[in-house]
Amino acid sequence: MAAVQVVNVQLPALPSGWSAEKDFKPVGALSGATQRNLEPVGPHFLAHARRKRHNRTFSEDDRLQAQQNVKKTEEESDGEISEDEDPMMLNREAKDWKSQDHYAVLGLSRYRWRATPEQIKRAHRKKVLRHHPDKKAASGHRDENDSFFKCIQIATELLLDPARRRQFDSVDEAADASAKGKFYKVWGPCFEAEGRFSIKQPVPQFGNEDSTQEEVENFYNFWYNFDSWRTFEYLDEDVPDDGESRDQKRHTEKKNANARRKRKNEDVARLRELVDEALAQDERIKKFRQQARAGKDAKRKAKEEEAQRLKDEKEAKKAAEEKAKKDAEEAAKAEREKNKKNKEAAKNAAKKNKRVLKGSVKEVNYFADGEASASQVDSVLNDVELIMGKIDVDELAALAEKLTIAGKDGAAVKAAYTSEAQRLVDAGKLKAGEVKVFA
Amino acid sequence: MGDANGVAAEAERFAIGISFGNTSSSIARISPEGKAEVIANEEGDRQIPSILSYIDGEEYHGTQAKAQLIRNSSNTVAYFRDYLGKEFKSIDPTPAHASAHPQQSESTVAFTIRDTASEKPNTVTVSEITTRHLRRLKQSASDFLGKQVNAAVITVPTDFTDAQREALVAAAKEAGIDVLQLIHEPVAAVMAYDARPEATVTDKLVVVADLGGTRSDVAVVACRGGMYTILATAHDYELGGASLDQIIIDHFAKEFVKKHKTDPREDARGLAKLKLEGEGTRKALSLSANAQLSIESLAAGIDYGSTINRTRFELLSSKVFAQFTGLIEQVVKKAELDVLDIDEVIFSGGASHTPKIAQLAQNIFPETTTILAPSTNLSAINPSELAARGAAFQASLVQEFDHEDVEQSIHPMVTVTPHLTKAIGVEFTSGSETSFQPLIASETALPARRIAQYSVPKEGGDVLVRVCEGSRDIKVTKPEPKPKQEKPADDEDSDFSDDEDEDEEIREIVWKTEKPVAELAVKGVKAGGKVEVMVHVNPDLGLQIAVREVGGQTAVRGAINGSA
Repeated sequence: MAAVQVVNVQLPALPSGWSAEKDFKPVGALSGATQRNLEPVGPHFLAHARRKRHNRTFSEDDRLQAQQNVKKTEEESDGEISEDEDPMMLNREAKDWKSQDHYAVLGLSRYRWRATPEQIKRAHRKKVLRHHPDKKAASGHRDENDSFFKCIQIATELLLDPARRRQFDSVDEAADASAKGKFYKVWGPCFEAEGRFSIKQPVPQFGNEDSTQEEVENFYNFWYNFDSWRTFEYLDEDVPDDGESRDQKRHTEKKNANARRKRKNEDVARLRELVDEALAQDERIKKFRQQARAGKDAKRKAKEEEAQRLKDEKEAKKAAEEKAKKDAEEAAKAEREKNKKNKEAAKNAAKKNKRVLKGSVKEVNYFADGEASASQVDSVLNDVELIMGKIDVDELAALAEKLTIAGKDGAAVKAAYTSEAQRLVDAGKLKAGEVKVFA
Repeated sequence: MGDANGVAAEAERFAIGISFGNTSSSIARISPEGKAEVIANEEGDRQIPSILSYIDGEEYHGTQAKAQLIRNSSNTVAYFRDYLGKEFKSIDPTPAHASAHPQQSESTVAFTIRDTASEKPNTVTVSEITTRHLRRLKQSASDFLGKQVNAAVITVPTDFTDAQREALVAAAKEAGIDVLQLIHEPVAAVMAYDARPEATVTDKLVVVADLGGTRSDVAVVACRGGMYTILATAHDYELGGASLDQIIIDHFAKEFVKKHKTDPREDARGLAKLKLEGEGTRKALSLSANAQLSIESLAAGIDYGSTINRTRFELLSSKVFAQFTGLIEQVVKKAELDVLDIDEVIFSGGASHTPKIAQLAQNIFPETTTILAPSTNLSAINPSELAARGAAFQASLVQEFDHEDVEQSIHPMVTVTPHLTKAIGVEFTSGSETSFQPLIASETALPARRIAQYSVPKEGGDVLVRVCEGSRDIKVTKPEPKPKQEKPADDEDSDFSDDEDEDEEIREIVWKTEKPVAELAVKGVKAGGKVEVMVHVNPDLGLQIAVREVGGQTAVRGAINGSA
């Protein structure tokens, strides 16, 4: 049994750093095993049995124990479908099948539209076992009345055909839940029952007072756009099948089609009304509206506050700006005035110094001994003028000071002028030879 | 056969396989060349209707008895297998509508029939009927083989209770058949395939769809190293060949009503005629595209003849076909599996000859699944013979055993075995990813041992063997919309079940590591070498693992102690 199989996959390389004693490292254990029954057939099983029996004998006790643990593959008979049978129902005539409650006949009225085909099949089987005419005959009923058995057959046939089951479910009033009384407890099942007709599944739940706005909105949107498969063929008048009266057949068919359409429209309107009613009563909607309103108020308030804040800020900014401007202007004005004053003072000082300059040469009598000739005066004044023209205010002041100190000392005055002229020549402001007297 | 012969036969056991069905039975044996062959009775039938009929004290069996359903229905017993060993209150008398009705008789079921020459009817219990039926089967086999048959392996449905088994064994004993073992029908079917000389032992999951005359049973069977475990079963007691016959009957009856204004179904005899011929027509439709039905004096003395083609029949039967496929899908779901897990679908039972059912099953399962039915697989065995062949094979195996030996072997202490819940395998690399390769599949009975060889990286060197438990996921990918590609198989039968507008999702099985169990290193493997991994799992979930380079001398071994 352990034939070698060659598998065409690649084993991973040993990661570096992996080590273990004798190159083996246990890291886990197997998860549990299921006890199952092996089928005692085939050569391989017999080999297995031989191996297993080799060293064992067993008692009845072991046998029971072993059997109990086996996982069941055969399901037990169904205990779930057990409803009392209404004696009125047992007396039903099969020909009135349209008015019978097919679910009740099969004992499935607890499940109704929720019953699965599997459940229906099992329920049918159970009912057949009980109500088969042969069983009745065995228990002494000699009346040959198998009408309830026929009811069972009709119910099963109908419920196992998806199209016909839908038709019946469409008009299954027993499955409807009315909407009276406590709000969520009542509307929830009501909409759940209505939801069975929805083409779209799953249908949103009605929810409770804690449902979120999205859920509730989702719910009402769903119901206002409800797409229903509900049909009303089941309530049709029987169409004569004999082929004799074609006109009558057509007439009936037409009537049926009209009736179906009318019922469908009525159903749509009814559902619409139902949703409207639910919506009108729904406290959650009011709550959400209030919340929304409260929210809106808060928002508006915040908005206003924000606007006020912005406005204030703007004003403050503006005031600050104005103030800064004014300050700057004043400062500029003061500066200007100060400049003017300085300039005037400088001018005055210069004038005064110039007077000192001119005065000083005059004091020393234009460096002449005795009365100075006009040409002598002229040449001295020319040079003084020249120096004064080339000299700036500060130098003028310095020169004036030197001259004031020199006073009436002609040589000192001349020296002051000569050094000044020399300085100016050195600075390149005067050309050598331009000044004559102070050269 | 003389008395002396009888004594000799007592000493020498000669066993056959019997498939005892509600509708029909088969007998088979293993020929001296080792091939299973189904034995024909004296009328040449290999599927012998499980029907007995009595006229003036004379017993008719099989096809002859079936013909009596028309004129002698109250003295004809049919569909009695499922009544055996049951109380009256728990039986369904519906199938026996057109034959002798079952009745309560003390704690068991009985039929009131005139089985002797006298006018007075007798009450015959279902056990007695079974005995008579088995006796006839035994006689047919003995006549064919020229040797007295005195033992058998008989197939039963998986839901047969202990009371039913006991009743069957007792009834067989009355008929002079020593029941060596009762085996389950689906397992017999799997074994019929596995017993073929060309078959190899593989691990596989098989769905056995046994579509009988009056009921259908579907089972998921895990085959692990030649041993079989049933994982789930589903039954439909009202679905079978008869449901398809009903469609034929209704079709022709409507046609008849249109022409002659009387409904042949309202007359018991007319209905019986329709049933008998309709069944023949339905069987003919499985083989050819057209089939005829002609009945003399169907109703009101009118002879009736008509034909039906296969397409029409398939159209009419689409709902019933959907029930068959629904049952198959249901059992796969019940076993908590996916259709992708199923390796084989074996169709067994008479209704499996219907080509459309196998074709529909083909659409349910992926292309990798083998559908073993006559219409989809040329090497398929006749579905009606599977159970009998499997039983014959088992009979040949246990023929030499003592009774006690067999009983001990089928004792629950032996059969109840722990089964792995998760697959065990190793991790491997593909590119840069590591994934999981199962070595021992889940639902393998313990102890189990598997050996496999794996490649190593091209350059050789040290490799890591990581033994893990793995689980499989179904990966669903939606293909981007692209020009429609029809499978060729769909083209031929797209008259229903075509959903062309929908993009089919691609579903595939993806394995992933669930839990590492052990790590082993093989050092210095040659370039291009291979590594052999042996994993042995004990019933207590202990593990022994041995890894060695193929051709190498030393092996790395390790053991993990079991928990239970």
